[in-house]
Amino acid sequence: MHISEGYLSASVLISGGALAAAGTAIGLKRLDYDQIAQAGILASAFFVASLVHVPIGPANVHLIMNGLLGLLLGWAAFPVILAALLLQAVFFQYGGITTLGVNTVIMAAPAVAVYFLFGRWIGRPGWVGMAAAFCGGAGAIVLAAIVMAASLFFTDEQFLSLAVTAVAIHVPILIIEGVITLFCVGFLKKVKPELLPHAFADKQTSRGVA
Amino acid sequence: MIEERFAEGQSVIHRTDPALRVVAATVFSFSAALIDSVAALLLALLFAVVLALAARLPVRPLCKRLAAAGSLLLLVWLVIPLTYAGEPLLSWGPLAASREGVRLCLVITLKTISILMTFTALVATMHLATLGHTLHRLGVPPKLVQLLLLAYRYSFVIAHEYQRLLRAAKMRNFRPTTRLHTYKTYAYLVGMLFVRASERARRVHLAMKCRGFNGRFHCLVSYAATPWNPVLGAAVLLVSAGLVAIHWLGWG
Repeated sequence: MHISEGYLSASVLISGGALAAAGTAIGLKRLDYDQIAQAGILASAFFVASLVHVPIGPANVHLIMNGLLGLLLGWAAFPVILAALLLQAVFFQYGGITTLGVNTVIMAAPAVAVYFLFGRWIGRPGWVGMAAAFCGGAGAIVLAAIVMAASLFFTDEQFLSLAVTAVAIHVPILIIEGVITLFCVGFLKKVKPELLPHAFADKQTSRGVA
Repeated sequence: MIEERFAEGQSVIHRTDPALRVVAATVFSFSAALIDSVAALLLALLFAVVLALAARLPVRPLCKRLAAAGSLLLLVWLVIPLTYAGEPLLSWGPLAASREGVRLCLVITLKTISILMTFTALVATMHLATLGHTLHRLGVPPKLVQLLLLAYRYSFVIAHEYQRLLRAAKMRNFRPTTRLHTYKTYAYLVGMLFVRASERARRVHLAMKCRGFNGRFHCLVSYAATPWNPVLGAAVLLVSAGLVAIHWLGWG
């Protein structure tokens, strides 16, 4: 999910750049040098996941998975998404230099938001955990669509119709992302719970380790 | 799955200093993004074409890349002229395309094409490893550069891993359709991808420590000063200044 070059006004591009820089600075501060390899290779996994196309009726859509990344990484999602977007720009020329900041904010701010909104619930067993994982995946898409629409709207108020169309296109995507994030979190809870910070902390506390 | 289509080459642009190219692309992109005069943008497009020719970009892949941006442009051309307020240019019954709307669409189209084409000619003509080292030279924080370089290095490995997982699923008769089972399978594939990425990261980190990694990747390629460095720098500065000047003087 991104806005291509040439659409946005100076003020939107610059505020996007500033917000992305701030988020990335916070994210990098939370990562120490021993965690860079983890973050870097998770960035490649996130990048590859965005190349996965899933069918929806006769068409297909590619996954975004920024919600899952947010649930895994919290603030570190900012530098990781920035790196993945740079890979996309250089490999496929999706977007370029001026929109890098705005596009990072579109994907990463919702990722951080769902980490704080739903992160602590995903460790719960049963329905609560599943609902939290679904909301994490779907919520990140809803928020990203809203940020995208807002950046179009603040560029030119007459872009409203375009922004509404862009949001409407994302309705089926948010359901798919929610479902896939739900199953994915369930899978990770069984296979490698230490990837999910909140779920892992819960498990450790309940065992009396932490 | 992933390839660097434009990175290999012997053109003048490929041999120019990458730091200069990154700065030039940034300056040009922002100048073109911040103006909205049609005459200036036509000049920007012309310059982008010259750069693409100088970099000897293969035509077909370049068009394919530009076409990817085209789907959003198509949506813009369908929606904006009909909804943008202004004097009608054309009208069919209740529908009317406004002059301002059409002009805005034209501006957006010119900007998208010229900025993306310049980016392809100047930045996509280097390997991402080179870009990482260049960003380091330009003062980007070392942690971010390391993250980018590792993400680049392992994106090929992880893509390969994904293709293996998918092949294994297909061997077991997995056929993607619009069903919950398909989504569940893809969710597990992506989950497994993250698990393997994390396992590999642990091993890579240990291996790097064993080899005494001290937080710096060394770059073995050096770029000799060529006469093209100042030429490209001057050309980009001149054109960017020209774009802004045309915009402020209000021509077109």
